[in-house]
This record gives sequence, structure tokens and C-alpha cells, in this order.
Amino acid sequence: MNSKNILIKVNQLYKIFGDGDKSALDLVKNGMGKDELLEKSNCVLGLNNINLNINRGKIQVVMGLSGSGKSTLIRHLNRLIEPTSGEILFNDTNILNLTSKELIQFRQNNMSMVFQKFALFPHKTVLQNVGYGLAIQNISKDQWSEKAQKWIKRVGLDGYETYYPGQLSGGMQQRVGLARALATDAEILLMDEAFSALDPLIRSEMQNILLDLQSELHKTIIFITHDLDEALKIGDRIAILRDGSMVQDSDPQEIIMNPADEYVSDFIKDINRARVIQAKSIMTPTNTKSSGATVKEDMVLEDILQIMSDAPSKPVTIENSKGKITGKIEMVNLIEGMKRPKSLGTNITG
Amino acid sequence: MDWFFNFPDMSRSDLREFKKTVDFAFTDFSRTYGQSIEEFFEPLLMFLVWFEKLFINTPWPVIIFSILLLAWIGSRSILIVVGTFLSFMLIGYFGMWEDTMSTLAIILVATFLCIAIGIPLGIAMARSNKVQAAIVPVLDVMQTIPSFVYLIPVVMLLGIGKVPGLIAVCIYAIPPIVRLTNLGIRLVDKDVLEAADSFGANYWQKLFGVQMPLALPTIFAGVNQTIMMALAMVVIASMIGVKGLGLPVLRAISNQYLALGLMNGLAIVILAIIFDRVTQKFGLRMQKYRNEGKD
Repeated sequence: MNSKNILIKVNQLYKIFGDGDKSALDLVKNGMGKDELLEKSNCVLGLNNINLNINRGKIQVVMGLSGSGKSTLIRHLNRLIEPTSGEILFNDTNILNLTSKELIQFRQNNMSMVFQKFALFPHKTVLQNVGYGLAIQNISKDQWSEKAQKWIKRVGLDGYETYYPGQLSGGMQQRVGLARALATDAEILLMDEAFSALDPLIRSEMQNILLDLQSELHKTIIFITHDLDEALKIGDRIAILRDGSMVQDSDPQEIIMNPADEYVSDFIKDINRARVIQAKSIMTPTNTKSSGATVKEDMVLEDILQIMSDAPSKPVTIENSKGKITGKIEMVNLIEGMKRPKSLGTNITG
Repeated sequence: MDWFFNFPDMSRSDLREFKKTVDFAFTDFSRTYGQSIEEFFEPLLMFLVWFEKLFINTPWPVIIFSILLLAWIGSRSILIVVGTFLSFMLIGYFGMWEDTMSTLAIILVATFLCIAIGIPLGIAMARSNKVQAAIVPVLDVMQTIPSFVYLIPVVMLLGIGKVPGLIAVCIYAIPPIVRLTNLGIRLVDKDVLEAADSFGANYWQKLFGVQMPLALPTIFAGVNQTIMMALAMVVIASMIGVKGLGLPVLRAISNQYLALGLMNGLAIVILAIIFDRVTQKFGLRMQKYRNEGKD
């Protein structure tokens, strides 16, 4: 990926919570882990040498279990939390060098955020909530309410303008949260476990709304989640955190095919591989046409299986989005792809 | 072993000397600055006199009508308005109208002063832990020290009259509004504040757009308590020359007039109940977003 496409660059970011964080920083840089640090200096290691490049117009997922530092990381991007050391470059400006006035400007214009617990203003109506980011920029009421109105409509809450958040269901509240974040037209959208508090059906619906909006708006989205299915569904890239350190940062397909370590393997153990692995990840590269049907390279194995079951002996041809033949898949490849790699262990006995 | 059974206190003459020094120092202070302090409070006194006259000289139907109107605007409750009407008619019928008006005047001014000083103080406390650590002990003293004790220096400085009475009432009545403003702001949900931060709200936008509105119920409980405590102070304030319902009560105590004491005491209670109900209803109405269910 060339550097022009990189919008945010996180370099050697460390965060240590607690007193004496500077001396603790040296300990961490010399390789001390989270548990040992807590024992020795009573400091909590939040982030440990994070390096991350976030591409313009893409959805970057940051994944990890609770306590892995993902919410801490996202709050560094708009400086709701100050780091202990490191730099965060946004278009070559180090966000950490902004004065408090510049920071307020930056938050108003460049970044907005959606929260896990919605964090709507309970005393403001839906319209006032959505318009909040604009209203505090001293934009006239006519202007901000018109814009807010547009976004309320876009997330499907037409007619609820005068309601208070307390009168809406969880899913509707998060739509308000999403509309509020979109209304400022900020280039970057930070989503902190935005859909985690919703029940599965509503969550899936919200994911679709987000993907739908993204196909039109092309924002740079940093999406925090602990749910791998969600990460695979919406992520263009997935970074996995563990105990404040980056374990793996790669293409979603890459994570499933080549997990970096045990921790990542554990994460992907329970997913339905047939439903997420795409043809391009398991195909044998070739540019000649095979005897079977022709499918796109981003088709998932489950669908290919459906096609191949009609003629199991004929390998399918894989072509890329431009129609150029890039490879072939035989039945053996399919089976090989769907089974768990050896390193993941197996739960099958006998 | 003498020290074991008798406390090794300072000698009587030393103690007398100590008290003398403090007394003289304060007497000197009040001689030197008393005049200018009194002049400083002169406009306040003029206002108090004018405000009291306004209440007493306005024809009673106009006063009752205004009070009923305010009660209605505040509470939107017919029950409270009717209760207020009956209460004031009863107070007037028993000949306590003028005293009630005097009390009402000083209570209103005291409440206004307490709010004007107390809310900014509470905001400052909520903003900084250091300010909070400095003010809390002062509030503790103000609330626990017997009122008579601070009446002494106030009277020494300003003599007997309305202004020292007002100051005494305010010292007693201001702690709840300060405490509850501080508490209300500090209790505002951190998530919501984080959201305001993330959209680039500055300190004042957060304070007036998010913290104060959400702290309003608590702040209102503080206003309510301040009014109640100001009313409770009426009798003590009358000892240093504040006219009103407290004075007859004081007279009743020294002369053992049961009926007089009871009547005026109950009038104070009635005022308290009316103030309380109206402000509480008003507080509730200002946060209707909390009460509306899904529909």
C-alpha cells in the first residue's frame, strides 16, 4: 500500500496508566510484560508499542478481548486519552502536538465518534442530539437542523425528531448515535464497540446500514469490536490486540488462513470457515480456463461448494473482478480450505 | 502524678489574656473597618427596606394574586394553588399578614443571594478537586457551628438590623445549594461528557449544554433545601433585628404565650410547605425527558 493512501499513522505508541508512568515506560521498553509491570510498579500497561497504518476510505477493525487495550487505542486517536509516548500522524500532522484550541477544531472537523453505550444526551431531542456536533460550532439553528434532519432520514428515523433518547429502543438510539457522528461530515469515524450492546438481529441490521453508508461515503472508519464475525463482515483490514500489544494486522483472509499465534488461532477457532474464506485464498494460481463453472475470486467456499456439488470432478475457474482468469479450485482444495489448520488443534475425537 | 488526674491546661490568667487579645483585636478591627463595611452594605440595606415596603404596601389582593400566579406557573397544579390561596387567607385572617410579608421579603432576597453565590461556587468545586477540598470544610463549619456563635462577630461588625440578619440567614442556608450543585455536576454520566468532548465541545459548552441541564434536578433539590433552611433561620434572625414572623415567636418564648408562638410558628411552616411543593414540582417539570415513557 503506498503511503499516499495512509490517512492515520500510529508510531510506537505506549500508554501506561498509573503514577510514575515515565519510569514504567523504560521497563516496558525493555520487554516487561503487563502482569510483571503491575506487580513491580503498580502501573497498568494500556498500550505496548502500537504501530498501525490506517488507510483512507477503508474500514480498519481493531479486535481483542476486553482489557486488550482496543478502547484505549481508539481514544488516543482523538486524544480523549493522552499517550505516555509515541506519535499519531494525521496527514503528517502529529495530533499529539495540537494545542487545546487546535484539538477542539480537529475534533469538530475531522473526527467523530460512536459509543458502545450510545452516550446520547438524555435531555436533548433526537434532532438536537444529531445536530450537536454542528450546533457547538456556532452554526445557525436553521443550518444544523436541516443537516441533522437529512441524517435522521438517512438512518431511517424519520418522524422521531422530537423524541428523547429515553423513549427509543437500543437499536434506534444507536442510529441516532450514528447520525450524530455522520452529521459533522468528519472524514474519520471512530466506532467503539458501536454495535456490541445490541441484540444479534439489530446488530446485523446496523452492520448493513453501516456498509451501505460506507459504499456511498467512503469514510475512514476505525471500528472496535470483540466479535470476529462482525470484524470479518465489515473490516477491510483487521488488527488484533492482546494485552496492549499488536499481535497481527492484516487482511481478514490472511488472519483466517495464517493466524500469527495461538491467541489469534483461539479467536478464529469457532468461525464457520466455509462462510468466510474466499476463493482467492485457496485457489491454485493459473491463467488457463478449467473444465467447470467460472466464479468470482471473492466468492466464499460455501457457495462454491454448492456449485461444485453438481459436477464434483470438474475444477472451477476463478476470475477477478475484471473478468481475468486467476486460478482454479478442485474439490480437494475446498475440503482442505474448510478444515481447521493443524495448529488450531481439533475437537474431534475417535 | 498531678498531671495524670488534672489536665495540664494553660493557667487562668493566660487564658484570660488570650481571650482578651482576640476580643480586642476584633474590636479594633470592627472600629477601624466597621464603618466602611457598613457603607459597603448600605445599598443592600436600601434594597432590603425597599423590597420589604413593596411587599407590605402592595394591597393584599394583588399580592395574593401574584403569589397564586407564581404558584401556578411553578407547579401547574390546581391543588397547590388552592392550598396556597387558603393558607394565605388564613394567615391574613389571623392578623399575621404584615409579618408574613416581611419574612417573605427577606427569604426571597436571601434565597436569591444564596443561589447567586452558591451555584458558581458549586461549579468551581466540581471543576477542581483542590477547590472542593478547600471549600468542603468551610461548609461543614457553616452547617454545624451554632448560629449564635457567628451572630456575635456579625453584630459586632454591623450592629443590629436587617443586613446582619440577612448575612446570618445566608451563612446558614447556603451550604446545601453549594454542595448539591457540586454533587449534581460530578454525577453527570462520564460517557455523555466523553461524547461532548469527542465532538469538540469546549468547557463552557459542556458546562451549560450538558452538565448543568443534567445536574438540574440535584441543583433544584439544593435550592429547595436552601429555602427551607432560610425559613428555619427566621426566628434566630429576629433576635438581631429582622422583622417578620420570627419576632412574635421570640416574644412568645420569653413570655410563654402559647397561642402566639403556635400561630406564627405554623405560619412559617405553611410558607415552607408552599415553597417546597412549588419548587419541587417546578424541578420535576424541567426534566420531563425523564418521565415520559415509550409510547
